[in-house]
Amino acid sequence: MPLSRMGVLLLLLPALLLMALVFLGPIAWFIGGALAELGGPAEIWEEAAAVLGSRAIIATIVTTNWIAFLVTCLTLLVGYPVAYALSRAKGLTFTVILVCILLPYFTSVIVRTYAWMVLLGRNGLINQALLGLGIIDEPLQLMYNRAGVLIGMSYVLLPYMVLTLYSAMKAVDPRLLEAAEGMGASPLAVFVKVFLPLTLQGVVAGALIVFILGLGFFITPALMGGPRDIMIAMLIEREIELMLNWPVAALMTLVLLAVTLALYAVYHRISERTPGFAL
Amino acid sequence: MAGADAPAILLEGLTKRYGAETVVCDVTLRVAPGEFLTLLGPSGSGKTTTLSMLAGFVTPDAGRVMLGGRDVTSAPPRARGLGMVFQNYAIFPHLDVFENVAFPLRVKRVAQPEVTRRVMEALELVKLTGFERRYGRQLSGGQQQRVALARAVVAQPNVVLMDEPLGALDKNLRYHMQVEIKEIQRRLGMTVVYVTHDQEEALTMSDRIAIMDRGRVVQQGPPREVYERPESAFVGRFLGEANLLPARSDAQGGHTKGRAMILDRPALAEHGELGPAGGFLFVRPEKISLHVGAAGDGPNALTGRILHASFLGNVVRYGVDVGAAEPLLCDEANASGFTGFAPGDAVVASWQPAHCRLLPG
Repeated sequence: MPLSRMGVLLLLLPALLLMALVFLGPIAWFIGGALAELGGPAEIWEEAAAVLGSRAIIATIVTTNWIAFLVTCLTLLVGYPVAYALSRAKGLTFTVILVCILLPYFTSVIVRTYAWMVLLGRNGLINQALLGLGIIDEPLQLMYNRAGVLIGMSYVLLPYMVLTLYSAMKAVDPRLLEAAEGMGASPLAVFVKVFLPLTLQGVVAGALIVFILGLGFFITPALMGGPRDIMIAMLIEREIELMLNWPVAALMTLVLLAVTLALYAVYHRISERTPGFAL
Repeated sequence: MAGADAPAILLEGLTKRYGAETVVCDVTLRVAPGEFLTLLGPSGSGKTTTLSMLAGFVTPDAGRVMLGGRDVTSAPPRARGLGMVFQNYAIFPHLDVFENVAFPLRVKRVAQPEVTRRVMEALELVKLTGFERRYGRQLSGGQQQRVALARAVVAQPNVVLMDEPLGALDKNLRYHMQVEIKEIQRRLGMTVVYVTHDQEEALTMSDRIAIMDRGRVVQQGPPREVYERPESAFVGRFLGEANLLPARSDAQGGHTKGRAMILDRPALAEHGELGPAGGFLFVRPEKISLHVGAAGDGPNALTGRILHASFLGNVVRYGVDVGAAEPLLCDEANASGFTGFAPGDAVVASWQPAHCRLLPG
């Protein structure tokens, strides 16, 4: 039975109220209040120009985007085969893979990050194992640098990538692959010419989700990164907690929000415009 | 090397089991070059599994698949060089019509000018010129079917397999496409193996029909032969309307060939034989004539009463209560001068010995 517009609105109402109360409201209140401290529009504009012109802040924005990009690539590289295995698996194998992906998903980010610190530390399990096997002579620096940030963030964000890709792969009609094979395509050709294009939307969706979430990351880079791995969320936190400079924090929040929304718009446009893309 | 008279396709003792269930059992079929063979059977009869083994998607547990004299039993589908039309069309949603049809050529790395030429030819063949840049979801069911057909023939395969290709089309379109597929097959001289559960389709299109039941080929032959001379009650019933009257051998005449008793009346059939435990007398509704009067003592005449009449346009189908468990179905042509009967009318139903068969039960 098709729902009337009124019915749809009623069903969405609780979610909309929640969003308004705990997300949109506080953001508007925070940004509005913080910017009001500065005075009128002219002063806000001046401060915005100063913030966006600051080298430190530009460097942080670049670093943030670069880390989010690298994490997106890593999760895609690791996640695509896992998602494929999951989409083919049945019964117990399926359950085991799914639990392995979901269990950490339900664990606190802090707990997971500390777990990685135990593994990656100077005297951590990985270094001890490599030293013990004689593969390395000196412990590797796996933490408090870019490598640590990438490993930690990729791990936390991997489930989003895998589950997004999985749903895209599950939607591919297996008869299309069989048809391609019957028409003379080698397994590689079936993958390149049929499977990959048909899952491309999932790749784009997964990449955007991971990238957007990666942009706002805070705990993992704070705990596992070095001095050169400052991300924008850490900067915002520092402005609020240490500098008590709410207007600057509000401006940077706006930048982060704008980038996120712009990316979402890009995704929306791609999926609407490309024929054969949104299936 | 294969001789000139090698069959295009030879299936030998093909068997497939899934667990304890044998879905295809000892199927042997020979298809001549240019022949249109239909695998006909109810769902679950093993026809699609047989086709899948021929295509290479399913590995047989026993038996051989030969194509043009070459043993391909263990070859993957891509090495068999077959054209295929799938039940759901399997149009690639991310490719337009041109690229869909070009797919078999692209994977063979055929040069672009050749691809363009052949794709345009194939599209012309299925009357889809001008649709090159459309996508599958912008096409009607019949147009998608044509794309699938063009794609199956574009690489000029010797053998084309079709798995219920018209299943999703409405009746009118089905008939159109049947004629067109036949026409294309004749023009290109292709060997076709066609799977369907629709007996009319099988009768219309095939040079030969192989009827399958529970994994076995129970009878094969030209359409007219399998329609008029079924060798079992199953085949008789499956190919169109059939009357199957329980029959036992004629006690007086001993086991004389062609003599039987149905409903305690003598019957005579030119073809077939009853089994040791009796069987059926098979006669098609259109072979029975109805008239008013007495039955007499002659064979193949039963008295009864009209139970119901269905007007089908070109014929009127009567159900006649002759004392059997099921009404006897009789078709009377709606020709000029036809007046018809009304329910309740007393009639005699009779038929020629040449038009009925005895079948083992």
